[in-house]
Amino acid sequence: MTEDVIRLLTPEGERIEHPDYPLEVDADLLRRLYRDIVLTRRTDVESTALQRTGELGLWCPVLGQEGIQVGAGHAMRPTDYGFTTYREVGIFQVRGVDPVELLHLYRGVTHSSWDPRRVGLGIFTIVIGSHALHSVGYAMGIQRDGADEAVLSCFGDGATSTGDVHEAMVFAAAFNAPVVFLVQNNQWAISVPVTRQARAPLATRAAGYGIPSVRIDGNDVLAGLAVTRTLLDRAREGGGPAFIEAVTYRRGPHTTSDDPTRYRDEAELDHWASLDPLDRLRRHMERVGALDPEFVAAVDAEADALGELLRETIRGMEAPDPLRMFEHVYAEPHRQVTADRAAMADYLATVETS
Amino acid sequence: MTSMTPTTSMTPTTSMTMVQALNAGLRRAMEGDPKVLLMGEDIGPLGGVFRVTDGLQKDFGEDRVIDAPLAESGIVGTAVGLAMRGYRPVLEIQFDGFVFPAFDQIVTMVAKHHYRSAGITRMPIVIRIPYGGGIGAVEHHSESPEAYFAHTPGLRVLTPADAAEAYVTIQQAIASDDPVVYFEPKRRYWDRAEVDEVSPISGSPWTSRVLRRGSDVTLVAYGPMVRTILEAADAAAEDGVECSVIDLRSLSPLDLDPVVADVQSTGRCIVVHEAPVMLGVGAEIAAEVTRRCFFHLEAPVERVGGAYIPYPPNRFEQHYLPDVDRVLDAIDRVTAV
Repeated sequence: MTEDVIRLLTPEGERIEHPDYPLEVDADLLRRLYRDIVLTRRTDVESTALQRTGELGLWCPVLGQEGIQVGAGHAMRPTDYGFTTYREVGIFQVRGVDPVELLHLYRGVTHSSWDPRRVGLGIFTIVIGSHALHSVGYAMGIQRDGADEAVLSCFGDGATSTGDVHEAMVFAAAFNAPVVFLVQNNQWAISVPVTRQARAPLATRAAGYGIPSVRIDGNDVLAGLAVTRTLLDRAREGGGPAFIEAVTYRRGPHTTSDDPTRYRDEAELDHWASLDPLDRLRRHMERVGALDPEFVAAVDAEADALGELLRETIRGMEAPDPLRMFEHVYAEPHRQVTADRAAMADYLATVETS
Repeated sequence: MTSMTPTTSMTPTTSMTMVQALNAGLRRAMEGDPKVLLMGEDIGPLGGVFRVTDGLQKDFGEDRVIDAPLAESGIVGTAVGLAMRGYRPVLEIQFDGFVFPAFDQIVTMVAKHHYRSAGITRMPIVIRIPYGGGIGAVEHHSESPEAYFAHTPGLRVLTPADAAEAYVTIQQAIASDDPVVYFEPKRRYWDRAEVDEVSPISGSPWTSRVLRRGSDVTLVAYGPMVRTILEAADAAAEDGVECSVIDLRSLSPLDLDPVVADVQSTGRCIVVHEAPVMLGVGAEIAAEVTRRCFFHLEAPVERVGGAYIPYPPNRFEQHYLPDVDRVLDAIDRVTAV
């Protein structure tokens, strides 16, 4: 674990203050953070199980990264907008994405999982780094609207090598766009270590664009909340873009198709497991007396209900109507799509009647 | 509505180059909708390298006519975000050969976003690309990459053949709720036509235009080659061969009904474009015309276009580009059968 990071909770759960990132914390906030991490983790575990039993085509585990995600999610105002990767399950949880809808994508019946207007999150793209540019463009729109809003743009350590992330930083700086880049450095881009992406800490790249940056403990939910909130506030007030590198670790595989035993030392896991974001928050809540057994039991029961809901709903899903694949290619009718849809309908009718 | 329709003395028109017509069309679109904004390289004080945006930043301000950093993926990618926010970005890619850094954003994001979002998020983005050869330019400034984009579901592809068309269809492209790749035939930028700025915009741009009727051969082209096949039809008529001339105008969607109807009458079809013939737009047209006109054809469908080579140095382009003589040569082939 690197030591040159901003931290508001020690791994032992002791609260420490940082002069630049003050944070008022009460028991209610701690409980909301705790609940969101527990529910995120349950969505993660259940989804992996559903993939293993053939109900989902794929899943992207989030274990280990819930601290920064839930912290950053709570830092956003409802009117702010976010762009994420597929792994930001903690942010999905905080923003109110329906976990069942989330799994529709992995079930293979949709390409996206939610209505962006309802949750204030763009649908995620699987092409790495592309959405960094969308974030900046959206932020340029906020500027033109004169709106009191900001954008949180999440990507990973691998994405920092892409040209689109570079161009996003250039545009954000050139137009002073109200966007906060949040890089979760989880140490691995599938099998490639972060040392293959960069020889200096990722946060140091921002200086070249004239964008201020900070490096934080990504397993500290309070640091994630305080730093992201401060920088989103700054962006909203016209201070321009900022860059956060949250140092964390992906303890699971990249996806359910991955086999991390082929490329990394499993001993790393013991170290990072000792820095688990939920354990850390739990220790802190015990210290301050915010973790009473009734609350813990209630959250556990809620997580059990969520797991059951996911299992029952996904297992019960019927195959989609084949003609639905022709919907929404265009906003307005298109001759070739119309013709291909009609041909498919005719063919299906032949098959069904024969 | 088309440039080929003789204007009556009652309709005031203005003689304009295609550059001027595009400029006037952009101006009118910006006046009509505050969400329309322009972004590209050198489109501000310079007015674009071809001056299509001349004077627009001065009149609409830097927030609506945005000089972008030199990064094509950045231009298209930020436009996606602006569209999500409710804007209607009109982008200028400086030259055809410079669109490829943005290819991922166009094909992966712009084209698919409406589909991926189950119809919730529209991408009313216009990507203007000066394309084609014939101006003696250096490498990467004369290409015809339209087939890549027409092959990508989710995009619409338009290309005007003359100034009057450009004035109307650029506004229709901007009004479309779908993304439009708008290919401007740069060798025709300085051709003049009478432009009607008074009549309301009407008609669908997603249709082919029959510009001339003839009984012997159907000539089909789009963009820069429309003038070429019109001239070829004139020359053929002197030899007693009467040609129909059809401007496809839209490459996605493709409106082949007028082509099919005409070929069912002539029995002969020639498709002309600058892009390589191999797997080009002409291949789709030849296949569909053959399928739908099989028992009417008197000769195989001919394609006249670029060789399967990269665009050559400009001292070769008079041989690379289809011209009137090569079209006449193809007419000879199909009428000799």
